[in-house]
Amino acid sequence: MKNQWPLWEVFIRSQHGLAHRHVGSLHAPDATMAINNARDVYTRRNEGVSIWVVKSVDITASNPDDKAELFDPAQSKVYRHPTFFPMPEEVKGL
Amino acid sequence: MYAQMVDTGTPSSAAIDAREARFQQRIDDGIRIEPQDWMPERYRKTLIRQISQHAHSEIVGQLPEGNWITRAPSLKRKAILLAKVQDEAGHGLYLYSAAETLGISRDQMVEDLHAGRAKYSSIFNYPTLTWADVGAIGWLVDGSAIMNQIPLCRCSYGPYARAMIRVCKEEAFHMRQGYDLMLALARGTAAQKAMAQDALNRWWWPSLMMFGPPDGDSVHSAQSQAWKIKLFTNDELRQKMVDQTVPQAEHLGLTIPDPDLKWNAERGHYDFGAIDWDEFYNVVKGNGPCNRERLETRRKAWDDGEWFRDALVANAEKAAQRAAAKAA
Amino acid sequence: MRTARCEYLLRFGDNALILSQRLGEWCGKGPALEEDMALTNTVLDLLGQARLWLSLAAEAAGDGADEDTLAYLRDDREFHNVLLVEQPNGGYADTLVRQFLFDAWASLALRQLLGSRDAAIAAIAEKAVKEVSYHLRRTSDLVVRLGDGTERSHALMQAALDALWPYHHELFIGDAVDAEMVAAGIGFEPASLRDAWLSYVREVLAEASLTMPAAGGWAPKGGKQGLHSEHLSRLLAEMQVLPRSHPGARW
Repeated sequence: MKNQWPLWEVFIRSQHGLAHRHVGSLHAPDATMAINNARDVYTRRNEGVSIWVVKSVDITASNPDDKAELFDPAQSKVYRHPTFFPMPEEVKGL
Repeated sequence: MYAQMVDTGTPSSAAIDAREARFQQRIDDGIRIEPQDWMPERYRKTLIRQISQHAHSEIVGQLPEGNWITRAPSLKRKAILLAKVQDEAGHGLYLYSAAETLGISRDQMVEDLHAGRAKYSSIFNYPTLTWADVGAIGWLVDGSAIMNQIPLCRCSYGPYARAMIRVCKEEAFHMRQGYDLMLALARGTAAQKAMAQDALNRWWWPSLMMFGPPDGDSVHSAQSQAWKIKLFTNDELRQKMVDQTVPQAEHLGLTIPDPDLKWNAERGHYDFGAIDWDEFYNVVKGNGPCNRERLETRRKAWDDGEWFRDALVANAEKAAQRAAAKAA
Repeated sequence: MRTARCEYLLRFGDNALILSQRLGEWCGKGPALEEDMALTNTVLDLLGQARLWLSLAAEAAGDGADEDTLAYLRDDREFHNVLLVEQPNGGYADTLVRQFLFDAWASLALRQLLGSRDAAIAAIAEKAVKEVSYHLRRTSDLVVRLGDGTERSHALMQAALDALWPYHHELFIGDAVDAEMVAAGIGFEPASLRDAWLSYVREVLAEASLTMPAAGGWAPKGGKQGLHSEHLSRLLAEMQVLPRSHPGARW
């Protein structure tokens, strides 16, 4: 498929917002048009919004299959729990 | 309703393996499936079909109402209609975006639509013959769509659910504007009232057909329900729609064109007449009043716009090259 | 009898109304989804401006008129838009060039009206100028990109420019109504905007690698005074059909 417009992810911080939120994506030929289009599609031109656009391919995401390691290391690895390892009783401080 | 005729595929010969069991458990636990999560290929394919058909419906859906933008009878009604049609473009855009997370490009989906390989909701293959049709669509068609869309806000696939939440927020005013339009006609001149009744006569049955074939004939519903991408059955939604709409029609002083429509105290619901499913299948097959016209309009817009899309890509490339040359 | 001020208001209102009517024909048929939505925003802005101007004009007329009676019950001879805005949409290139030429003028014109002694006019101008600034930025950007895009886009844009250029003259021709408004401190002299307009347009066209058509030549006018092209009555026939076939009905 020739000449497709790349996909961009759109992040918007509203006038009184604290951080940019991901609101969706759109297609545009370059960054400036992505911002302009984002304004027309995702804000219907409200004043005072801040818009970030990033090409979808430029976003690096964590691998959800790694989720367990990154965020919940203990869950699937029962040997992490201290009670699993029997310690020799005569050794102190363990 | 957008999953009409979507084949959910046959289960793998290894029946339900461990990964698929874990996948189903997540869904049962109400945990959302996100784009990079492992998912059965059938789930992915079914969702691509369902979401893209939903998106196509929004885009094609602009046309029947768009037909009356230049003839809207007051500036206020014109502004409201423009905003509504614009919302539909936006909804299509959000839905295409959601489908793209599943590994298909928007351009590919559009090509599938134009080539006749993809479907869109059958309702948009009917003509808008009068201004009252615009009201009937907002009232009945958007009303039905909302009924289907609100539960989808809880569907299992994250991007689809989030798109639905955004859509539902904007949809609230669509149904109200349609009903408000009908109200103005119903309270107007005899000719206006007749216009409203005529529109209801023509849009009532197609609106009921929108929900898809009866549950008995819906082959793939069970799998979609297990996957939580279809939350209520066709008949359940259809019944809900009838129950909600009858009092609304009464308030308008209009008559629903169904002699068998009757409150059933025992069931606690309205009984209604038989739907002509031959008409439905015929329209889905491509033989409705406007199928060819709708597709032709979309194809033409796409083809005529090719120079525009290509030129913007070319200009972006030129600008990038110039910037690179400067930096060098 | 409607005053010069009333006609002056109708000129701005009718420009916005007729242009929004033309652009509204594109809904659902644009070259890309995002572009469709952006264009519809422009339509909504223009329609909103038209309603403000027409409501003010109705007030000025004081004969029971409102924005809708003015929009739907006047014949083409009573419309005061410039000829440029009633030209047919053609292809998207024609629509964009028409919009660009108009936006460049509207931006200058509304800025003039910000200083109008007529508070109501200045108020409308203040609201409209923000919207028009955005429109101008958008159309200027597109003119540059498409002028300097592909050979095909360049050719389409140049052809559109050549075809629509004659209609720009009318924007800068003043008449008795303009003179009266200037004298009252309400309006501006149309000719005073020409140099700034040409300068801006020249800059954008150069960046777009488009050739500005030669000076002189055919300069159609008369729209402001109610003498229109054959296009307007056809446009109005479509726009006005319902209220005219249902006299007195409310919608």
